[in-house]
Amino acid sequence: MKRLLLSIFALLLTSAQPAWAVLKIDITGGAVQPMPVAVPSFPAVAPITTQFGTASELGRQVAQVVSADLERSGLFRVIDPRAFTTTVQVGDVQRPQFPAWRTVAAQALVTGYTQVNADGSLLVACYVYDVFGEEEIGRNGFTARSPRDWRRAAHKCADFVYSKITGEKGYFDSRIVYIAETGSKKNRIKRLAIMDQDGANHQYLTAGQTLVLTPRFSPTQQQITYMSYFQNRPRVFIYDLPRGRQELLGDFPNMSFAPRFAPDGNSVVMSLSQAGNAEIFTMDLRTRQLRQLTRSPAIDTAPSYSPDGSKIVFESDRGGTQQLYVMNADGSNPQRISFDRNNARAKYGTPVWSPRGDLIAFTKMSEGKFRIGVMRPDGSGERLLTDAWQDEGPTWSPNGRVILFFRSEKYGPGGTGGGSSLWSIDLTGQNERRIATPQDASDPAWSPLLP
Amino acid sequence: MRTNLKLIALMSGVALMAACAKKEELPPPPPPAPAPAPVEAPKPVDTGPVTPAVVPGSLQDMINTVGSDRVFFAYDSYVLDADARATLDKEAAWLKQYPALKVAIEGHCDERGTREYNLALGDRRANAVRSYLIAQGVDGGRISTISYGKERPEVLGSDEESWSKNRRGVTVLQGASS
Repeated sequence: MKRLLLSIFALLLTSAQPAWAVLKIDITGGAVQPMPVAVPSFPAVAPITTQFGTASELGRQVAQVVSADLERSGLFRVIDPRAFTTTVQVGDVQRPQFPAWRTVAAQALVTGYTQVNADGSLLVACYVYDVFGEEEIGRNGFTARSPRDWRRAAHKCADFVYSKITGEKGYFDSRIVYIAETGSKKNRIKRLAIMDQDGANHQYLTAGQTLVLTPRFSPTQQQITYMSYFQNRPRVFIYDLPRGRQELLGDFPNMSFAPRFAPDGNSVVMSLSQAGNAEIFTMDLRTRQLRQLTRSPAIDTAPSYSPDGSKIVFESDRGGTQQLYVMNADGSNPQRISFDRNNARAKYGTPVWSPRGDLIAFTKMSEGKFRIGVMRPDGSGERLLTDAWQDEGPTWSPNGRVILFFRSEKYGPGGTGGGSSLWSIDLTGQNERRIATPQDASDPAWSPLLP
Repeated sequence: MRTNLKLIALMSGVALMAACAKKEELPPPPPPAPAPAPVEAPKPVDTGPVTPAVVPGSLQDMINTVGSDRVFFAYDSYVLDADARATLDKEAAWLKQYPALKVAIEGHCDERGTREYNLALGDRRANAVRSYLIAQGVDGGRISTISYGKERPEVLGSDEESWSKNRRGVTVLQGASS
């Protein structure tokens, strides 16, 4: 078994590179035609039963998770398995029946197998083929220490396919933290909740006794920073995921809010309120040293670092209305970047710097609506991606190609409606999808790719 | 309509007090139960004894004397208008009668701002009320502030009438300090 695993990596090292240039989706341009892909069930090398299902059951589920990931990206059209004219045996994985996949008009074939190793770990082998070129595009093996984590191996396989065909990193092996909402909308119960990027493995992190808002992932640790009304003192906290522990970040005399980690994970940038004036500070997590970055009588909040840590985008009403500004990370040289030359009353908020550094996502308030948009860090190239009553609070996928946000409904007569839900949109603005959550949901934050 | 609301506030004053006293505890209390229909209640008046046994220094007492426990703001503003200042003048006078009382000023916003901005705006509103009360002679040490942004709307609606009631600064009695 070990030999098989080794051989996969050996083959990976020697596999020819030029093939993937043939089958490629360019996601840097506008809307793309989804690529038809077949993802048949992954066969099992041996009929071993684990407490999470047999190896072949896991292989079937792996194919389903890979399919769902690829389909949701909007870049692929997964062919209905009921149309398949063949099933895949272990021997077919390295020698696919290309004619059978051509008959269902698959351009790409994603196949592989599952193997339960002697130490109880699960190997998911993942192969990508160009069906018409009859060429291998790539192969990789992903080992889950326990079969319990088979979904992560599947997401890694989907990320591998995505990267082989688009030339960019994937984002499927990641998680989403958000605020789950229940109860009367006058007195909402809000809980920290976390789930895989596809909605699986959903769990609550807080019990709902305390109002919590605006969770944000650490780029480097399994930590979340958020705001909590614990004991009616709204302050920024840090939630340590492995230990399940919540910790107050600085016992300030007044409200602290709008926290976000620096790209190195070693400090948190946030707003502190002083007599009704919100200023932006950073706090070093190791020394707990505080440093003030803005000094204006205006509201300065919602800070977000550029991925290289050199700049911070934030919102301020120092010019009269809420607009976006970029300053150096030490607080110097703040420059307004948001301008709507056709509508002086438009406001901009909740800026978030893309992990690629090339764009800033924001909420634009104009014409009675909140919409999600992007602009370049110098304010040029503004593009709105959504159009609904209230879309707010963007967060980027780890590869900077997809944005999550929350959508609030307008209230109807008698206070009906007004619910909120999570949605995703890609940068083309074409692929808008609702993310299923058990209850109403808001304030999403996407994690980096899992380690 | 407004006087009816006031009446309900009067009648549920004690219940509100109880709810407020509990505020230090988690979770937040459910909204007060709707007051019983005002069957035999006298026509409400703004001042003077209305119901028997108004506890001096209670929310009910404050509302009787001041006329309201809240002031309202214009969209995206924390400026106290003439109505708000008149209310707070009376509130300051009343608070000075009960120097042991502590209050929390809650700042609230309508739904037309983003989450973080509204937290900051609610904070500004609460502090505008606090500053005004201090200027009227109330000891600042008695007045805390808390912003709820758009988290606790009073009225569920996406229209100006609802929004105008949600943009508010509310005085919550927190009991005697001694």
